[in-house]
Amino acid sequence: MTTGSTEKVNGAKALIKCLEKEGVDTLFGYPGGQIIPFYNELYDSDLRHILVRHEQAAAHAADGYARATGKTGVCVSTSGPGATNLVTGIATAYMDSVPIVALTGQVPRSLIGNDAFQEADITGITQPITKHNYLVQDPQEIPRIVKEAFHIASTGRPGPVLIDLPKDVQNIEIDLQYPDRVELRGYKPTYKGNTQQIKRAAEEIANSCRPIIYAGGGVISSNASAELVELAETIVAPVTTTLMGISCIPTEHPLYVGMLGMHGCKYANYAIQESDLIIAVGARFDDRVTGKLESFAPNARVIHIDVDPAEISKNVKVHIPIVGDAKQVLKSLIKYVQCCKSAEWIEKVNQWKKEYPLAYRKSQDTIMPQFVIEQISEACKDAIIVTEVGQHQMWAAQFFKYSKPRTFLTSGGLGTMGYGFPAAMGAKVGRPDKTVINIAGDGSFQMNSQELATVVQNDIPVVSVVLNNGYLGMVRQWQELFYDRRYSYTFIKGSVDFVKLAEAYGALGLRAEKPSEVRPAIEEAVKSGRPAVVEVIVECEANVYPMVPAGAAINEIIDLEEH
Amino acid sequence: MKHTLAVLVENKSGVLSRVASLFSRRGYNIDSLAVGVTEDPDISRITIVVHGDDHVLEQVTKQLNKLIDVIKVSDIGTDDAVERELALIKVSADVDTRAEIMQIANIFRARIVDVAPKSMTVEVTGDESKIQAIEKLLRQFGIKEMVRTGKIAMVRGPKKV
Ligand SMILES: Cc1ncc(C[n+]2csc(CCOP(=O)(O)OP(=O)(O)O)c2C)c(N)n1
Repeated sequence: MTTGSTEKVNGAKALIKCLEKEGVDTLFGYPGGQIIPFYNELYDSDLRHILVRHEQAAAHAADGYARATGKTGVCVSTSGPGATNLVTGIATAYMDSVPIVALTGQVPRSLIGNDAFQEADITGITQPITKHNYLVQDPQEIPRIVKEAFHIASTGRPGPVLIDLPKDVQNIEIDLQYPDRVELRGYKPTYKGNTQQIKRAAEEIANSCRPIIYAGGGVISSNASAELVELAETIVAPVTTTLMGISCIPTEHPLYVGMLGMHGCKYANYAIQESDLIIAVGARFDDRVTGKLESFAPNARVIHIDVDPAEISKNVKVHIPIVGDAKQVLKSLIKYVQCCKSAEWIEKVNQWKKEYPLAYRKSQDTIMPQFVIEQISEACKDAIIVTEVGQHQMWAAQFFKYSKPRTFLTSGGLGTMGYGFPAAMGAKVGRPDKTVINIAGDGSFQMNSQELATVVQNDIPVVSVVLNNGYLGMVRQWQELFYDRRYSYTFIKGSVDFVKLAEAYGALGLRAEKPSEVRPAIEEAVKSGRPAVVEVIVECEANVYPMVPAGAAINEIIDLEEH
Repeated sequence: MKHTLAVLVENKSGVLSRVASLFSRRGYNIDSLAVGVTEDPDISRITIVVHGDDHVLEQVTKQLNKLIDVIKVSDIGTDDAVERELALIKVSADVDTRAEIMQIANIFRARIVDVAPKSMTVEVTGDESKIQAIEKLLRQFGIKEMVRTGKIAMVRGPKKV
């Protein structure tokens, strides 16, 4: 189905016009031989292109842009090595259900399959880590494919879509007519929850005495935060979130009991274990959340709201499945529910909250990493926090006070070190009005620190706070607790001077070595309006607590006092 | 438990590999897989025999349904479906055994499709147990080569998948 006039343009130009029709304003990419025709047309277009220094960063930046704005992020690379460099970023977006469209160059159609120079079967390689992908074999199909790709990426359960474009396809003239809708027989996501099921859920809620709402990333991607909070307040139930669900309810909301799971709050884990009804919304009962499955919430009935039917009863047996978009389902559920008999329960949960607060050993001389997060939290209240992966990621989840959705971006599913910095760059490009802070470890930051060049060249003022503990901390923690302190290849101290590194790229570099220096350094970095790195020398063997050992039930918690 | 799934997919390149790789990456076991175009040239039908309990079957079905090119997935119960498989079996044969092999083929309504001085090729269609039965009988003569298509199936009566 198409409307409007047709015009004759080459494939590359057609692609750009289609991107414009989709409302794309920014691309993150890196050129190369098989995508030159596209870059040639890009030269004359109004699209903003950000030249990264490694394609992995292009994919993460598109991802960060998408998470921060709710729009679909776009990244571009050449064929072969360019395309394979995108893979980690695509897999990261896939695991966290983030809408991105990846455009890759490919060798000309006549060479495909010949092991031509810089050829890689990228559609084959990315099959298990994309929601869908395309190899464009007929240039005339570009408009339809682009339309479908953006539709698939952003609807239903969002995810990455890849379009592989042979070089000759980019050069051939086509009649450009952009379709105004998509027709996909096999793809019709369900948005509206089944009314019967919603009524049953409301009944179940009315009969419950110890309900708990367990919210995941789906709440954020469907923009359902307001509805979630309304449901919690209406029925008066505590809310716990997954790592991906953080920021969907304000940290300081009286009903919020924090993150659950491996490094979740003790009270959140107690609450879910003792609940009689779990209302799961846009969450998938990941193993980091449930711990040992057989002993997870033994007495709870489960209502599961998810847009992806395949998530329902995948890990945990569900009593009332509701397939649909979180926002729409919550809206209708709210109409049928009222306050449930949870008064005593809330009191008990609040008691736990008082008894087992998140805590850490305070210190006057060394900088505790948790203290740094608290300082960032106070200094940059409404900031978008992005993280790398490791201990610092968990501390950022535990100790920053979030107040609005889409302000905590982290690689939850794949756990990708190197995600944070480029994702922060993408987030800042998408939300220039916001302060964007990347909370990093000294290990993770070095996985994509070359992007300092990109943020300096493009004047993207993100601040990276590097918690330098001289170790690959999270792995060291496991070695300490479960491998007799045999720190096998986790010591990385002295690898680089982060201040000089920042300066070498033309960014602002600052260092804090005493607790009193932390706050001023953060404030100076933010105020500078420049890309900046704040290196904070932190206590080198601090651990993340609470912690549920792998394979244990989630109320079998190792806590601070025991160590 | 064995299940026979009829999967209607878009007749496009790459679709079969998406379906097949889904099984390997999620750790499901395929017993057999047969594919061909349907009465609608835009649609292919894949018949998959898969092993597993209800939970596995539910997951397989849901994951298949998630693929953009999959139009429909149906579990064809063994009771109300016609199921067929075709096998070509090349057996060692000489003047002494030829008659006996032909006799066996006859009983199974199989056909002899090739004869050579030292071998015969038998074509047989039927359900799995029939093919297993004839294979067992022919084994005594020495099977040189055997090829099976994998199962195809269709619901009996007016119902369509
Ligand atoms: C790409 C990648 N490689 C390896 C790992 C395994 N891993 C998880 S956490 C971690 C250590 C992270 O160290 P650092 O970034 O310094 O952060 P810290 O834990 O010290 O805060 C490692 C190696 C990973 N998650 N991602």
